[in-house]
Amino acid sequence: MNTNTFPILLRREYWENKGGFFWAPIVAAGLFLVLTMMAIVVGEVAANKAAAAGKLRIDGEVMINGLDLSKVTSNMKPEDAQHLSGGVDLSLIMASTWPFLVLGFVVFFYCLGALYDERKDRSVLFWKSLPVSDSETVWSKVASATVVAPLLTLAAGLAAMFAFLLIVSLVVLIHSGNPVQLLWGPGSPLQVAGILIASLPVSAVWALPTVGWLLLCSAWARSKPFLWAVLIPVFAGLLVSWFDLMQSFEMQTFWFWKNIVARALLSVFPGTWVDVAQFVNVDVEGPKDVMKLFSLKSMYSTFLTANIWIGAAAGVAMILAAVRIRRWRDDS
Amino acid sequence: MNAAEKMTVRARGLSKRFPNKVALDHADFDIPAGRIVGLIGPNGAGKTTALKAILGLTQFEGELDVLGFDPRTQRDELMEQVCFIADVAVLPRWIRVREVIDFVAGVHPRFDRAKCERFIANTQLKPAMRVREMSKGMIVQLHLAVVMSIDARLLVLDEPTLGLDILYRKQFYQRLLEDYFDENKTILVTTHQVEEIEHILTDVMFIRDGKIVLNSEMENLADRYTEVMLSSDHLDAARALKPVDERSLPFGKVVMLFDGVERGRLENFGETRTPGLADLFVATMKGTYA
Repeated sequence: MNTNTFPILLRREYWENKGGFFWAPIVAAGLFLVLTMMAIVVGEVAANKAAAAGKLRIDGEVMINGLDLSKVTSNMKPEDAQHLSGGVDLSLIMASTWPFLVLGFVVFFYCLGALYDERKDRSVLFWKSLPVSDSETVWSKVASATVVAPLLTLAAGLAAMFAFLLIVSLVVLIHSGNPVQLLWGPGSPLQVAGILIASLPVSAVWALPTVGWLLLCSAWARSKPFLWAVLIPVFAGLLVSWFDLMQSFEMQTFWFWKNIVARALLSVFPGTWVDVAQFVNVDVEGPKDVMKLFSLKSMYSTFLTANIWIGAAAGVAMILAAVRIRRWRDDS
Repeated sequence: MNAAEKMTVRARGLSKRFPNKVALDHADFDIPAGRIVGLIGPNGAGKTTALKAILGLTQFEGELDVLGFDPRTQRDELMEQVCFIADVAVLPRWIRVREVIDFVAGVHPRFDRAKCERFIANTQLKPAMRVREMSKGMIVQLHLAVVMSIDARLLVLDEPTLGLDILYRKQFYQRLLEDYFDENKTILVTTHQVEEIEHILTDVMFIRDGKIVLNSEMENLADRYTEVMLSSDHLDAARALKPVDERSLPFGKVVMLFDGVERGRLENFGETRTPGLADLFVATMKGTYA
């Protein structure tokens, strides 16, 4: 067996899914920036109108009002400065969120089609005419969903973040504020970037049950993989709810929906793991505490829970089942 | 038997049952190396199932040895030595010519990239072209260029020219003979266009209802089968020799097909000739759809 085939298998997935892996995050980031600029223009116009009508008052409390921003930082209390810092970081995280949200949908439908489309158009017969094992093929798809696509999305997210920072800096400059004092100083874009990068392994392991379930449906369904993938867990959830209602079953309905249904279907969406992460000693009182929430320690506490590993084990089991089905499926 | 005549495929009691149908029924056959074998049978006779079994794409019962491997358990190793084209249009529609070449070059240790690019240069294909922009004939040209650049020991073709016009069909087999086939390679091909491949085959197998009903070298067919055109006066005498097939022509002439009857004895009845593969096929498969 050829040992250096894995990179070319990943490239193959990229070629086929360039639209989802490469363009979708860029479009999402671009859309966010365009909307941001539109909002800024609307704000400017409104502020100008208000100023012309003499309705605008400037004091230290109100941030987005306009005319002379240098007064804002000079009058700021230390407490407010911390909130400003947290607020800037929060808006940076928001700026990078759009591509990641899109990533959730891209990965979901990618996994659902990964082993189904090739059977539908019979190209599986071409792929299987080459010396690539089913195991290598399926794992290359898992890696594309959990590593390649998130890395490309991360690049788009970071680009969006810094572009956002530049745009806002420009606006601050126009209003004779000091962007270094107001944004780059209080904000910590590099730290935010680091947190986003560090979150990828958590998201990847967390996503395994959904990736596995969708690949399994993709390998198994004769038609309409989306319906099967969604209906089976949802129907199971409804059954459990119904039995619970009848009180003949000692199972918590909510537990089932959260730990089975949602884990099988929604774990590819970004940040769905925050629920199990341990936010020790964090009292969130305002924007200033934002970065505590997103600390490395909080994120990686996810790895100390049974939830993530049980999910990952279930995911791997379903991936292995998908490999087996792809090996012997004979309907093309 | 010397080493060169080592079997490429050896099947014993090859069987495969579907819920409503027996696709392969204890089929036995051997395919030696360096041959071009036609596997010919009516629709639903089990051709594709047999090929799928050889390629390790389906489960089966019985014994099957392909190049020394068991396709069920050693498929990954086997596929380095085996290539196949499963009819036209199985290349994914999104892929570009250069991506196909890059991919195969990346995964196949026996792929000769320069050779493939040379084949492609002789066609209208362009590196940036996507499969979905190509005609059926061009897709086959691409697939054939890739397959011929792989130094495989067994090439399996399942209806490779289905839906192509005659120019592409002729070109397809011409290329295979001129630029690919040699004594170390074996080609196993199924098709309905019997006349077109008749002259390139070295061996032929007829399959019917999952059984191999004829397995012969093409050369031996001429010795074994004779077709006689006779007028009505010799009918009874000819029938006494038990023809395997009999059909009437206009003006009271009758054509009979004999299996294993000496040609000299038949020449008394009328004009003799060696039957075409298509005639033989029709005679052998009589009543299949009845």
